[in-house]
Amino acid sequence: MTDLATPPQEHTHVPLQHPRLPGFATLLAAVVATAAAALLGLTLGWNLSGIVVLAIVLHLAGLTIWSRAVENARAATDRLMTSLVWVALLIAMIPLVSLVWKVVAEGAPAINGKFLTWSMRNVIGEPGGIYHAIVGTLLITLAATVISVPIGLLSAIYLVEYGDTSTLARWIRFLVDVMTGIPSIVAGLFAYALFSLLFGPGTQMGLGGGVALSLLMVPIVVRSAEEMLKLVPADLREASYALGVPKWRTIVKVVLPTAMAGIITGVTLAIARVIGETAPLLIICGSTDSVNFNLFGGQMASLPVFIYSSYTQPGSNPEILKSMAWGAALILIIIVLALNLVARVAGKFFAPKTGR
Amino acid sequence: MNRTALRRIAAPGIAALALGLALSACGAGNETGSTSDSSLSGTLKGAGSSAQESAMDAWRAGFQSDNSKVTVNYDPSGSGAGVEQFNAGALDFAGSDAALDPTKGEVDAAKKRCGANALEVPDYVSPIAVVYNLDGVDKLQLSAKTIGQIFDGKITKWDDPLIKNENPDAKLPGTAITPVHRSDESGTTKNFTDYLAQAGEGGWPHPADKVWPIQSGEAANGTSGVIAAVKAGAGSIGYADDSQVGDLSVASIKVGDAYAAPSADGAAKALEVSPVDTTRTKGDLAIKVDRTTTEAGAYPLMLTSYLIACPTYSGDKADLVKGFLKYVVSTAGQQKAADNAGSAPLPSKLQQQAEAIIDTIAAK
Amino acid sequence: MTTVPTEAGSPKRRLGDLVFANTTRAAGVMILVALAGVAVFLTAEGLPGLGAHAQDLKGHANFLSYVAPLVFGTLLAAVIALAIAVPLALGVALSVSHYAPKSIAVVIGYLVDLLAAVPSVVYGLWGIGFLGPRLVPVYGWLADHLGFIPLFAGPASNTGRTILTASVVLAIMILPIITAISREIFVQTPRLNEEAALALGATRWEMIRLAVLPYGRSGIVSAAMLGLGRALGETMAVAMVLSASGVVTWNLISSTNPSTIAANVALTFQDATGLQRNALIASGLVLFVITFAVNFAARAIIERNDPGKAR
Repeated sequence: MTDLATPPQEHTHVPLQHPRLPGFATLLAAVVATAAAALLGLTLGWNLSGIVVLAIVLHLAGLTIWSRAVENARAATDRLMTSLVWVALLIAMIPLVSLVWKVVAEGAPAINGKFLTWSMRNVIGEPGGIYHAIVGTLLITLAATVISVPIGLLSAIYLVEYGDTSTLARWIRFLVDVMTGIPSIVAGLFAYALFSLLFGPGTQMGLGGGVALSLLMVPIVVRSAEEMLKLVPADLREASYALGVPKWRTIVKVVLPTAMAGIITGVTLAIARVIGETAPLLIICGSTDSVNFNLFGGQMASLPVFIYSSYTQPGSNPEILKSMAWGAALILIIIVLALNLVARVAGKFFAPKTGR
Repeated sequence: MNRTALRRIAAPGIAALALGLALSACGAGNETGSTSDSSLSGTLKGAGSSAQESAMDAWRAGFQSDNSKVTVNYDPSGSGAGVEQFNAGALDFAGSDAALDPTKGEVDAAKKRCGANALEVPDYVSPIAVVYNLDGVDKLQLSAKTIGQIFDGKITKWDDPLIKNENPDAKLPGTAITPVHRSDESGTTKNFTDYLAQAGEGGWPHPADKVWPIQSGEAANGTSGVIAAVKAGAGSIGYADDSQVGDLSVASIKVGDAYAAPSADGAAKALEVSPVDTTRTKGDLAIKVDRTTTEAGAYPLMLTSYLIACPTYSGDKADLVKGFLKYVVSTAGQQKAADNAGSAPLPSKLQQQAEAIIDTIAAK
Repeated sequence: MTTVPTEAGSPKRRLGDLVFANTTRAAGVMILVALAGVAVFLTAEGLPGLGAHAQDLKGHANFLSYVAPLVFGTLLAAVIALAIAVPLALGVALSVSHYAPKSIAVVIGYLVDLLAAVPSVVYGLWGIGFLGPRLVPVYGWLADHLGFIPLFAGPASNTGRTILTASVVLAIMILPIITAISREIFVQTPRLNEEAALALGATRWEMIRLAVLPYGRSGIVSAAMLGLGRALGETMAVAMVLSASGVVTWNLISSTNPSTIAANVALTFQDATGLQRNALIASGLVLFVITFAVNFAARAIIERNDPGKAR
């Protein structure tokens, strides 16, 4: 039994809130770290990247130690991980910014009216144009789309409407998965081997590029079309059947128009993905200086192959051709971005209103 | 216009746009309006030597200007690639810095492709420059033996006594030497290793070959690749056709007792003292270059590049090939190449022999 | 009320239905045939290459010793790229799903998609034109200070065209895929789990460690494997950036580097004839098998943990 004569022990005061760093702590630590790093770096003669790295390290270390001292270990870890996550984001954005900057800085000066309307035929010692490459890219991509969209769309319709869980459908889904992983060079090799067999060894033509690119496009088209068709509510189909409409007409007149927005988005994204492929076109389409409108007639230039060969085989005017390569790279990126934008906008604009 | 209407025209609208674009077939700004009245038309496909790239650009531009309905395509993928594809039947003509090698079966393969002995004429005579990238050193003098040892990896630093001996006035730093070689099968490599093997006095222990024999050093693809690699790396040294050297520093090589810088005249002189290979078939005008010549003013580190074609072609191809090849070896063509690529025009005797061979090309 | 008896046998099938159904089935079969064709072609063209000898294989005794350094190079570049990309991608995905305010998250999402849209040849240009020269002093520093580690033994390349540079470019190329999939996984963590952790007094990082990461572990693994599959098959960026001599070496910063299968095919296909070409096609098949195995494993992991979610 406790002794009533002795007074109770003094309890240490336990606060309801443990001490926290002030709200501006992170900012303060960052500023101090930057200042310290700049001072140290400039005296040691380091360059900008070295100073930035040092600043980040100092900030991480400083903030963690400060937090450890004032708050507790768990809060310190939390602050450290938060900073690390933001540093990761920063590091991930650096190559993007530097790439876009480099392409715009090097490519924009090269672009002018002549650049976009001339080819490289008979052009020596002065900048020419990339018209032949643009035309080639458009034609080859058109050929790839014409081959892959009907096959892809019809296969997706089969998978969703007719096949469902049959063996054939399962095999098709599995093989579409396999095709998603084909390295682009393998698709190019296949197209080359096929055309060598059909037309003689070493045949190079624009259509071959279309075939190789369609091998890469079909899985994307099938995948996205399948998703879009699955999203069409069953009520629409059943209402149509209830009215006595045959199945094929239901699909063509009811299901497809409903899913059309998503399908267009999927196809546009697939085009944006293959329009930048170089390796298969390098093997099967070759390159040329002059404009070629004939998909069946010999080598055809394309933007990615133009960029590659202008940069790596410039000949006796490397500066001019390298600058043209950057200009062509800028045009290619603009085309890809435009396609992505069109895909998103078309998707939103044409989407059928769900519900009332 | 409501959404349904727009949706209805979306798919056919896009299709029509694409079709219209394809069918409009607007020509490029520089391709409309032919000024020639030549009757030749068609496409020629050639590939091969990357050393000939600049000269080929000039020849193709000239020939296409004179014959606006003709397109000549040339892919500078390397002499090895050119010969392989020609023998496989994928090309109409090939460019190669090394004559068809009978010991490797190239002559027989070409005969099989053509149905008769293939034709081979020299079209491009150019010095090979030893380019280097070393700050503060503008003039460099090297003998074949030293060059061989550098590229073989035996000499590893720029201030090695062997280099210092030949360059007493140069301020050579202690940087490491990075030798740059061709990663593809190259006729330039063959000519370079031939020079080192013949004139190197043991400094280079490997035989001449299109494929670089050792694995050390930096590998670059094509003549342009070597130039780019040397430009980008301080302390590098490489070998490339003189036409694409640009403003890189070039070393002078020892010929006899003096040092010679690469020049078109020097290459032409070296060609003059080299005999035609008489072991070849008629229609094959290969030259055995004498790398050990001590002729004054000669520059034996040079390449004679060849055009390889068949004596017969089916259909209109024969006229196209004959027309183009004749243009290449003509005085006008050779002068154009000399202006654009700094090569030496073919001496008139060789030129006449070449033209005679080209004249034999006929339709099957 | 009795129902009207139907006609004997199955109902008459309309011609339109028959035609349409068979057309779609034919399209599906065409995909099967096309892929079978690819496999058959490549095998038929590649098999003779398996028996190629030294004179076709640039000095290698047989196909195995020709392909082994290439497989080594491919795996080395891909694994280093993965090691760089996965932490970064997880960080970006976490920042988008749990750390950034909604508006910024949307912007970051767009920026990451931008990274995915850039064609590989432009990455190659950026690699040789910008990154390589920038990394030369870094390689010099590594060779000087960390030269005792075999990875950085040096001598440092002075053009920056090393396998480490190629791996960095690959890492940036596969970052968007891993980020996108990881972000979707993190966003799907059950809200209740997260809030339970927070209610118990966990800090934000502890909540992520307790609720989000364990839930998304298999998703992260499959995202990483999909990224690995992409890195294995990448051709142009590696072909442009690497100075390849075909040696097997762990030295990441020197001028002599192993080549990858895809880059080797792209660069030497023109040179090759006969059995050498067959050997190249066979090496392409080897690459296809490797990427297929990796992708298959990735999808199996997704399927096992969340059926029907496979992308």
